[in-house]
Amino acid sequence: MENREFLLRRLHSLLGIIPIGIFLTQHLIVNHFATQGVEAFNNASHFMANLPFVIFLEIFVIYLPLMYHAFYGLYIAFTTKNNPGHYSYMRNILFVAQRYTGIFLVIFIAWHVFETRFQVAIGAAEANFNMMANILDNPWMLAFYIAGVLAATFHLANGLWSFLVTWGITQSEKSQRYTTYFTLLVFIVLSIIGIRALFAFI
Amino acid sequence: MGEAAKTVIFEIERRNSTDENSYWEKFELPYRANMNVISALMEIRRNPVNTEGKKTTPVTWDMNCLEEVCGACSMVINGKARQSCTALVDQLEQPIRLQPMKTFPVVRDLIVDRSRMFDSLKKVKAWVPIDGTHDLGEGPRMPERKRQWAYELSKCMTCGVCLEACPNVNDKSDFIGAAPLSQVRLMNAHPTGSMTRDERLNAIMGEGGLASCGNSQNCVESCPKGIPLTTSIAALNRETTVQMFRNFFGSDHAVG
Ligand code: HEM
Ligand code: SF4
Ligand code: FES
Repeated sequence: MENREFLLRRLHSLLGIIPIGIFLTQHLIVNHFATQGVEAFNNASHFMANLPFVIFLEIFVIYLPLMYHAFYGLYIAFTTKNNPGHYSYMRNILFVAQRYTGIFLVIFIAWHVFETRFQVAIGAAEANFNMMANILDNPWMLAFYIAGVLAATFHLANGLWSFLVTWGITQSEKSQRYTTYFTLLVFIVLSIIGIRALFAFI
Repeated sequence: MGEAAKTVIFEIERRNSTDENSYWEKFELPYRANMNVISALMEIRRNPVNTEGKKTTPVTWDMNCLEEVCGACSMVINGKARQSCTALVDQLEQPIRLQPMKTFPVVRDLIVDRSRMFDSLKKVKAWVPIDGTHDLGEGPRMPERKRQWAYELSKCMTCGVCLEACPNVNDKSDFIGAAPLSQVRLMNAHPTGSMTRDERLNAIMGEGGLASCGNSQNCVESCPKGIPLTTSIAALNRETTVQMFRNFFGSDHAVG
């Protein structure tokens, strides 16, 4: 097909928001129940883990879109020649950060899934408050998780800005500037939610 | 009297031909008031002696208009791509480092081959088709306000600075860069050009087209003509979104 690259890129962009961005937001909010105590978190997590057809939800809403976005994202990240040194404009620096956070997220998400969902799947652990409390007991792991949460919230917030341009929604310089402020707010709010949840486990 | 004569120091990344390795050469020349990079290069050409006192080959570069309208003299000056004819020595930090725009094949020293830009303009059909076997008469009129707006886009001189500044235009990608995309917006805005707008939109939806833009926005920061490149890219993003659906769901009409 002639427009193959165009369609693949647009799919990459779309999946970043729907469903991955929505999933990430939901995931951070559910985790935030940890701030209300062990039971509140366990109830929320139990509810999510027992949704009907959960394995299909996971495959089609999380694994496949995320894998497509991640692997195509790696390809995009490694076909750019970053130049933030000489061209140190704000947007260019955010462009570079979008790529570095993406690469870091591949590592973080792979480890995070292995350590949690995979262990549950092979029956080596149970998904509950204690599992996360054990993981985050290690200060290195806590630092790694903080970095992971911040990378994800930055990548989603800045990706939202980029998504709005990619689909031609924000065109004028003014609208693009105002969405920069808006996405900064998204980054701050999601980061607070995510970090608060992490500290609730320790 | 007695004061040491003021000088200017240049460091130039040179190479003898496209396939040869580059090397740096340093020159020190007498300062003159209001000199620019081109007048300095002319001085080096007149007296090609480097700071080691060795006679060397004159540095080659490209130029034409000397007033920032042809784009031929573009090069990387202290790390940033720009026109050398309007680069005033007084405003530059020394030593002044000159490099070719290596996004393009380097012909020799500071001369690059920008053919790929002209090929891209052909690829995206950046012209208004009016040729026919008979006189087609006058085309539709363009509203004056729109003409004034389009004039800004038409200032592009294909200098290549926006491609050099773009992190996505490189040897690992076939992205055509901002300039030809902006030309598509210009040609599509023309009343006669818009009759074939879908052909141009489909062209930039091909390999290395619009979708390869990652919104670093270096192009709009760097364009010497102040062309609103990123607004054009976002506007084209919207038009290609519509075109994408039209291609799939649309009826059998030729142009919409
Ligand atoms: C937490 C999971 C992730 C979310 C929520 C997410 C979200 C997004 C969003 C919304 C965009 C904007 C799309 C656009 O520009 O139109 C984006 C872009 C991008 N993502 Fe992700 N992403 C995630 C994970 C990853 C991973 C693991 C990678 C791997 C490297 C990655 C690489 C990229 C790249 C390179 C872009 C820029 C694409 C471009 O500018 O054209 N992302 N992401
Ligand atoms: S758009 Fe601007 S920077 Fe790009 S080629 Fe045209 S004049 Fe040069
Ligand atoms: S010589 Fe024409 S732009 Fe510099």
